[in-house]
Order: sequence, then structure tokens, then C-alpha cells
Amino acid sequence: MSLQFVVDGLLAGSMIGLGAIGVTLTYSILRFSNFAHGDFMAWGTYATLAVVGAIGAMFGKIAPIAPLSFGWPLIVALILGVALTGLLALLLDFVLFARLRAKGQAIIVVMASFGASMALRSLLEFVFTSRPTYFSRAIQIAMPVGFGIRITPDQIALLLLTSVLVLGVHLLMTRTQTGRSMQALSQNAALARIVGIDVASVVRFTWIIGGALACIAGVMIGILIQIRPFMGFDMLLPMFAAAILGGIGSVPGAVLGGLIIGLAEAGAVQLIGAEWRAAVSFIILMAVLFVRPIGLFGVRER
Amino acid sequence: MDLLGYGAFFLTTALIFSLVTLGLNLQWGLTGLFNVGLAGFVAIGAYTSALLTTPDDAARLGGFGLPILIGWLGAMIVGGVAAALTGIATLRLKSDYLAITTFGVAVIVQLVALNAQKLTGGPFGIGFIPRPFGSLAETPLLFNLSNLAVVSAVTLIAYLALEHLSRSPWGRVLKALREDERAAISLGKSARFYRVQAFAVGGAIMALAGALQAHFTGFIAPDNYLPILTFQVWVMLIVGGSGSNLGAVVGSILVWAIWVGSGTLTSVLFPPEQQARAASLQIVAIGVMLCIILLLRPNGLFGDRPLHVRFGKQAKVVAGESSPGS
Amino acid sequence: MSEAVVEVRDLEAGYEPGVPIVRGASITVGKGEIVVVLGPNGAGKSSLIKAIAGLVPITGGTVLLDGKDITAAPAHTMVRLGLAFVPQTENIFPLMSVEDNLKVACGIIERREIPARIEEMYAAFPDLVRQRRTTAGNLSGGQRQMLAVARALIVHPKVLVLDEPSAGLSPKFVAMVFEMLAGIRKSGVTILLVEQNAKAALAIGDRAYVLVEGKDRHEGIASELWNDPVVAELYLGQRSRRTGGAA
Repeated sequence: MSLQFVVDGLLAGSMIGLGAIGVTLTYSILRFSNFAHGDFMAWGTYATLAVVGAIGAMFGKIAPIAPLSFGWPLIVALILGVALTGLLALLLDFVLFARLRAKGQAIIVVMASFGASMALRSLLEFVFTSRPTYFSRAIQIAMPVGFGIRITPDQIALLLLTSVLVLGVHLLMTRTQTGRSMQALSQNAALARIVGIDVASVVRFTWIIGGALACIAGVMIGILIQIRPFMGFDMLLPMFAAAILGGIGSVPGAVLGGLIIGLAEAGAVQLIGAEWRAAVSFIILMAVLFVRPIGLFGVRER
Repeated sequence: MDLLGYGAFFLTTALIFSLVTLGLNLQWGLTGLFNVGLAGFVAIGAYTSALLTTPDDAARLGGFGLPILIGWLGAMIVGGVAAALTGIATLRLKSDYLAITTFGVAVIVQLVALNAQKLTGGPFGIGFIPRPFGSLAETPLLFNLSNLAVVSAVTLIAYLALEHLSRSPWGRVLKALREDERAAISLGKSARFYRVQAFAVGGAIMALAGALQAHFTGFIAPDNYLPILTFQVWVMLIVGGSGSNLGAVVGSILVWAIWVGSGTLTSVLFPPEQQARAASLQIVAIGVMLCIILLLRPNGLFGDRPLHVRFGKQAKVVAGESSPGS
Repeated sequence: MSEAVVEVRDLEAGYEPGVPIVRGASITVGKGEIVVVLGPNGAGKSSLIKAIAGLVPITGGTVLLDGKDITAAPAHTMVRLGLAFVPQTENIFPLMSVEDNLKVACGIIERREIPARIEEMYAAFPDLVRQRRTTAGNLSGGQRQMLAVARALIVHPKVLVLDEPSAGLSPKFVAMVFEMLAGIRKSGVTILLVEQNAKAALAIGDRAYVLVEGKDRHEGIASELWNDPVVAELYLGQRSRRTGGAA
């Protein structure tokens, strides 16, 4: 078995982990599993793609930053894409989720997210068709780094970006007043209001963070694999499995869960074949539910 | 006469959907169990029955050439067992875990259908599934009407049985558990067993519907069981009103009519090369419709659930959410 | 009685429209006072102060804080307005450290001032200093109550409102909690509390109200109320009738 699966697994795990942070935060703070989270990913990616296209139309062809496959337009577009995805999440909450939350039946919100997911994804298919597309068609040369492992400059850059983001989110959650407010809200919503936390603003912040990370994870998939309307939907099961494996509400747990699932997937692809990749998340999910449903870092079932 | 034949064909499909919706109504409407992977259970039924009843095929396992009724029975057993296992895994936890797991079941069933060629025929699916009135296929009208008769009979039996069940003490326990998930979890094993039973019976009904559909069309492929199927059935139940078996049947026929009608409309309005795109717009419209019904008329046409959860109950749930050791 | 810090007039409140739990209660808390609300089980004591704190919907009447109408103010704005509430149970964030429990309540305090405020609370509650890194869920009952009170006081409220601070505590801790409240009053904080433990509460209180069926039925000087026959009738009579099976 080649050790290449470590790099592949870490990359897949990064994408799953970044997405799972959003899932776990939405679950612990808004108390519902958001089935539209994967579609935030796809929408963010297509938004970024559209901005890249617009920049290309305005400034002509721009050389990539060697040795990466992309140049500054993608970086600028990603920042805009992140903002747009955050806005999309806020908008969906405003027109749909917030109204249903006010009625107090959490599972209705889950169902609405399922409906929204279907609508969002199909809207992407309508606008961009279901044909896969790419940020860049250039083929990158993977450099050997020993032990039979090869890695491309893009992959290195994205692994670094993930580390920075994960560290950033962790510090945000533990060291800032906003982060503490989010923790407080997830532990006891009534008490959070009593101590002066404006629940509405924390909820908004949660959506923005979740949407932003989903967009970045989606763009990573776009850079390394391809862009499709179903790209986010296909990530849903791994993301949920990662969030549950890590322990709902735990940011480090979601990331670790993502990495474990990513590595397991990459290992399974080598051993059994790529077509069974999606089964890995399900098997891990079932194992967690039977053995330790609170997950690795979970505190207790709520 | 052509129109009559088409009407029979339409109604047969709609009633098969009704059967799935009835299964979902037992799970969700009556018991409050959230199943977002019902396409998986329908597929399990279709493949099981196909496997049992098709003539022997060297390219894959089986078929065993058994009678159709055995195929249907087998479909219900396998579908019920799969649902029971899903329930056992998740019903001691919060409802979201069931949702995520059923979602996973659908993904896995799809994966097996696509990749386990020896079992399922892979992407090309299984053909030559015996049809109950295959000998009548030469006179389409008679064939369609006899299919409709069979499907109507099965749906009617399921409907009456479910009506009876929901009025029985068993059904009342389920309703009580639905109203208070917290109690349902804390009541422990006995309550969980009730819920597993409901989920399994619901799964068996869905599987039976899958089997009916397979024998009605004579051919199945993984594409028939995509998430869109789950989604359609949910819209049918919500439109009809969750909790009501009558609503499940009426909602299914109504939504299927809207679906077919809007499909016909797009095929008339859009040029052939744009058909695929137009079809996605159709899904958008139905998705938006689901959300609007949830917002404006959560009870659907015949639903029995309280329109608004009482404020006090809600406040208590929020406050009680973090109670230690719960 | 000096000027009123809290003035509640004809308050009606309840979770469901048309089913008020508080039915026309009026109470006044003067500056620097400890006011106790007593009453039989189910009298609506807890709902009364939760309504004041913005946690139970108010359907009629007014609540004034320092003369300002706060009847419609959302719960999360109460600390900014000067009212800090300590719920009866679940009054700490169990998965956060003691220090984070204090910090999370500092949203309205200027960032530079926060460390000093936290030290101030540690000085007032030395037991908490040793536990500052402990996860709050692991504290003993008495320490939890202390943390909850410290968390409320850290914003320097005009009035501290407590819902049965002695509930569920062992007798040793009960004494400690009431001693603590007496100490807090000495530092100039006005206190409004609901209590089941009438004797201990009246011992430290200035004035008291007896609430029956959602309405204030009797008012008096705390030290005199314990022997007041009207109170015995309202309070104990009600209780004995209750045990007799009436809903």
C-alpha cells in the first residue's frame, strides 16, 4: 500500500473538516442538522468561479502565481465568494429557518433545509448546467517528497490554508467574546440571554462563519478536483459523519473527525476501489452511533 | 380510450407513490420519525423483489424465478429489517441522528445498486421483471386497468390497515411519543421498541411500494431511486397533511399531477436541448413549494398536528435543553 | 422606604395568551433594600420575577427600573439596563471554566476594564479563585450558586434578582448563601428574591410580599411577617389545602 493515501486523505479530510465545522456549529447553536450546508459549498464555489470569470473579462488573462495553478484573481474571488456565501446563509435563515425556528419544532427546520437544499442545487444546475467545470485546466506536476509520496504546490498551499483557518476558528471560539457567546448559547440558550448575549447577532455570526468555511472548502474541491452542482451534496454524509465522530459542537472534533474520515476514505480507495469511497463515512457513522454516540470530544447526548 | 389508458397509467403511478407516502406517514406523521432516505428503502424493496422473481441470469446472483407474491413478501421483510436496524441504531438518540443515518442509508443503497454488479446489475439495472398481467400487454388498456386494479387493492389494504393501526392502542402510544420526544427517549426501552416497530413497518410499506413499481414497469435501475424521490414523497405528505392517511393519498395524487403537469409544460415550452435545465427548474419550484407550505400551512390539507406549538412548551424546551444528565 | 429601584404595577404575565400565571401583581423595591417574595407553591413567584427579567411574556401592567419603563425590554438587554437575574437552576454554563463563565457575562463592560472586574469578583468570592480553571459543571452546589451570583454582580447591576437561591442546597450552604446576600446588600446592591425558605429569607430581608394565585396579597416588614397571622393563613393555609388535593 502506497503512503500516497496520507496526502490524499489529509486533503480530503481538510475539505470535510472545514465543512463539518459549519455543520457542528449550526447544530450546537441553532439545534438542527442543516442539509443545505453542502449546497452552501457549491454555491460559494460557483460564486467564486463567476467572480474569477468577471475578473478575467475585465483584466484579460492573468498569469498564475508560480508554482501555483491560480493567480490573484482566484484569491480576490474567493474573498468575495466567502462574503456572498455568508450572505446566502443569512438570507436563507431570514426567509426560512428563523421563521420556522420561531415555531419551535426543530425537525421541521431540518425538513425545510432538505427542501432548500434540493431547490438550491437544482437552481445551480439550471444556471450552470450539470457539466463539471474547473478553475484551471492546467496540469500540475506533483513533486516527490520521499516515502513514495507526491504532492503538488496547490495541495501544499491548501493544506497550509486549512491549518491557518482551523487555528483561527479555534482561537475565535475560545479566546474572544463572540466565541464565548457562541459556546454559551450552545450550552444554555435561556441563560445566554440572561447574561446579556444578543442571540440574534450570535446566530448571524454563526451563519457567516459556517457559510464562509463552506465556501472555502468548496473552492478547495474546485481547485483540486472539479466543480459540479452536486459537489456539496456529495460532501454531506462525510461532513455529518465527521461532526458526529468529533462530537457535536466541538470545532477541533469536527476537524479531527474530518481528517479521520478523509484518511479512511483515501485508504479505502487504495484497498477496495474508488467506487466505494462514499461507504466509508456511513460505516464510520454507524460505528460511532453504536459505540460512542457523543463522539470523540462530545460531552453528553443532548 | 387512449386517454383512459393514460389515466389508468397515471393513477397507478400516483397510487404507488401514495403507498410510499403512507409508509412515511406512519413513520413521520404518526410517530415523528424523520426519514430522509426513504428512496433507499423503496430501492431495497424493488431490488429484493426483482432478485427473487426474475428468471435465472448468469451475469448476476439469482434470479430465482419465484412467484411475484413471494417477491413482494421478501421485499417487505428485507425493507422492514433494514428499517428496524436503522431505528435500533439511532432511536435512543435525538431525531437528527435518525435523519442523518437514513440519509446515509439512501447513499449506501444507491452505491450498492451502482457498484455491486453481481447483485444489482450495476448502472444498467435489472430487466425482465415479471409483470402480474404480462399476458395482457398486447391490449394496453386492459393491461393498464388490471395494473391499476392490483395497485389500488394493495393501497386500499395498506390504507385500511394503517387507519386501524393508528386508532388502536398501539397508534395512540405512538402519537403520545411523537408529541414529546424527550419523554420518548427517557421512557427507555419500551418506548424505543414502539418507535422501532413503527419505523420498521413504515420501511416495509415503502419496500412493498418499490416492489410494486418494479413489477409494474418490468425494469429497474439505480437512477429510479435518487434523492429526488425522497423529496417528492416528502412534498406529497406535507401537502396532504402529515398525520392523516387520507392526506397522504390525496397529497400524493395531487403532487404527482402537478409534477407530471409541470413536466409536460416544460417539455412543450423548452426546446429539447434545454430540457435538462428546465427539469431542474421544476425541482426548484417544488422545493420552494415545500418551504412555503411549511411556513404558511404546516398542516397541509388534512394534517392533525397542532398548528402552533404552545409558547410555554417551547420555552421549557429551550431552558431544559442543557439540563444535566438528560 | 427610599426611592424605588424596581416598581412593578398590576403585572400580568404568562406563557400562553389568555392563561396568565401572574395576575395583577404590584411590588416595589426601594434602593438598597432586600425584598423577599414569598408564597405557596404555584403562586407565580418564579414567573413574576422571570417576567420582570424579560423571560416570561408580559400581557399587562408595567415594570419600571429606576423610573424607566422596561416592560417591553428583551431579556438580553436587562444587564445593560441594570438588572441582573440569577435563575434557580441551570444558572451557570456547565462546560465553560469558572473564569469563562465570568468573562462571558462581561459583554457590556469595556474590554480594558474586564480583568479588574474579574479580580474584584475573585476578591469577593475567594472560593472561586482556586477554581478559576475548573469546568463549572464540576463545582459543588454552593460554589455554583456563588459563581452564578458573581456572574450577575460583575456588571455592577442596580438590582440583583434571584430565583430561590437556596433551593436544592444543603443547610450549611443555605446559611452561606444568605450570609452572602446580606454582604452584597451592604455593598450597596438592591436585592429582590423569591424564596421557599421563608424563615431564612425573612431573617435577612427588609420587606416581604406574599404572593397568592399570581397576585400580591400581603406586604410587610420582613422581621414582623414571620409571626403575622395573615401570612400564616395565606401561606400555610394555602399549603395545607394544597396537600388536601386541590389543584
